[in-house]
Amino acid sequence: MPVSEASHKDSDNFLSWSFERPEDNTSSVYLNGSLNTQNLSRLWQETEKRIDEDNTKNLIIDAGKVNYLDMSGQAYLLHFSRLIEERGGKSQIKNLRKDFADMLGQLSCFDCMEKTAYPKSSILEEIGKATIKLGHDARDFFTFVGQFVSAFSHALIRPGTIRWKDVYLNIENVGAKAVFIVCLIGFLMGLIISFQSAMPLRMFGAEIFVARLLGLSMVRELGPLVTAIILAGRTGSSFAAEIGTMKINEEINALTTMGLNPVKFLVVPRMLATMLVMPFLTLFFIIFSLIGGALVMLSLGFPLITYINQITMSLTMADFAGGMFKAVIFSLLVSWIGCVRGLQTTSGAKAVGLSTTSAVVSGIVLIAITDGIFAVTFYILGI
Amino acid sequence: MRDDVVISVKNLSMGFQDEILMQDISFEIYSGDIFVILGGSGSGKSTLLKHLIGLYSPLSGQILIKGRDITRADDSEKAEIMRAIGISYQSGALFGSMTLLENVRLPLEEFTNLTITAMNLISRIKLSQVGLIGYENHMPSELSAGMQKRAAIARAMALDPSILFLDEPSAGLDPITSLELDELILNLAQSLRITFVIVTHELSSIFKIGRRMIILDKKRKTIAAEGAPADLRNNSSDPWVRSFLNRTNPDKVQNLKH
Repeated sequence: MPVSEASHKDSDNFLSWSFERPEDNTSSVYLNGSLNTQNLSRLWQETEKRIDEDNTKNLIIDAGKVNYLDMSGQAYLLHFSRLIEERGGKSQIKNLRKDFADMLGQLSCFDCMEKTAYPKSSILEEIGKATIKLGHDARDFFTFVGQFVSAFSHALIRPGTIRWKDVYLNIENVGAKAVFIVCLIGFLMGLIISFQSAMPLRMFGAEIFVARLLGLSMVRELGPLVTAIILAGRTGSSFAAEIGTMKINEEINALTTMGLNPVKFLVVPRMLATMLVMPFLTLFFIIFSLIGGALVMLSLGFPLITYINQITMSLTMADFAGGMFKAVIFSLLVSWIGCVRGLQTTSGAKAVGLSTTSAVVSGIVLIAITDGIFAVTFYILGI
Repeated sequence: MRDDVVISVKNLSMGFQDEILMQDISFEIYSGDIFVILGGSGSGKSTLLKHLIGLYSPLSGQILIKGRDITRADDSEKAEIMRAIGISYQSGALFGSMTLLENVRLPLEEFTNLTITAMNLISRIKLSQVGLIGYENHMPSELSAGMQKRAAIARAMALDPSILFLDEPSAGLDPITSLELDELILNLAQSLRITFVIVTHELSSIFKIGRRMIILDKKRKTIAAEGAPADLRNNSSDPWVRSFLNRTNPDKVQNLKH
């Protein structure tokens, strides 16, 4: 006596089923229609529930009216006959069309060949692996520094071997195309800093010192720093992504096997270009920040000439040179870490993403650390 | 016209901007067919495949999949058509951040309500079909190119589609695996009436499994021949087609005696 009937109705995708109560712990399932991925889910869940509730020992699946059975349908038959047999019962699939039965026969042992042993690693193993990885990373780091120094000094001794075409291309990408964003951020920062500092200084009638403040902080500190951070986001990431993609496409291997040194071929032109354009970008940044400041001062009623005089009086050539020197060092770090992360890319799209992120983060961290070192050094040297 | 047409291409011309790659392409693919698209390198086989699955839009013409025009379908209709087809790409295109099992399970997770046990079993059966049982927890990057390709076929089969598009499935496989793959295709086409559309260069495989084929000619920019592979090889009136299928140099074909 059928106790439950259900069906999955779909235009040409009909499936109905019914269950019979266990007699001598034996349940029967009658299937009718097409058993496939799209309509299987309810049947599967219901069968599972039935078997548990009725405490089924033996199962008979009557597939006499099944007119289509795809591989997911086969999985259904396979799963429940295995489940019953694992519990020590007997399962039987009746009246299955011959070609389907043949296929089920083939599938029934799909995983006999290889029982997967899931490798489980203990926490000690994980720690060990992480330590080894750290060691490898450190070694890679020093190897890369060595490779870079050798490639760069070679290029300096023989400038003819540098791929100048790539350098020019990179100058355009890193420099010319970055001018707008650098100017924009510079202008905004100049505007904001001078306005915000003018407000409290006004209480003492000392707004004119905004010019000194802005000039000094931009030239010595913020100009190089913020430009380098923009560069880390814009250029460091693009180097990492580009070289990383080349790495996973085996282009780096191709270069190596052609006898070309990837560091010399890819890294040197990029770093050279970045170092060449960085002072100019910093200069743009400083000039536009001062223009922003000038706007605030003009609106506060100071003539332009006073503003300019204040700035030129407060700044020395040493301030300017120090700022530019910092800028060049920052650019070196940013472009270098971008290329390193690119070359360290392992494989797959995800790895490229990780390299890119890491290029930006490491770039900014390096900039921050180096800036601290500069601050201390300049202070001790009295610059 | 037969009534079991699943894909019908009418007067298709394809290309990029002004450059016409192929024009006036018309053919039909029937249910349970193993249909082979062959052509020289750069003749547009893969491009034709990408038109068939709606990735590229044609310059003109119609592509009907189960009676629905994929070139004019809107996004939701396209998605519906897509669910009835499975595609394995030339380079595998497995998701690098997922294990093989997760790769195969993804379509099941997204498009069915099956329980996790069911999905895992189905995915493992699919992987076993391409000889990758035991590698469920490997990442794609840990596998050889051939294995990745097979895993991609398993993923294409995840939802038991009625049409499977395979772009160069046996390229990069060893002869035994490639033979097994051929047998799998034959088996699936016979027992499940899955329709296969295969782009391939492997002549031995074409003669073993292909029921019908078209050969694209780059010079003429259209279909050079259509028919059963063995028939075309032996009886085609076009010497270029015969030489192509017999692996002889077309320039010397004039001297061949038939």
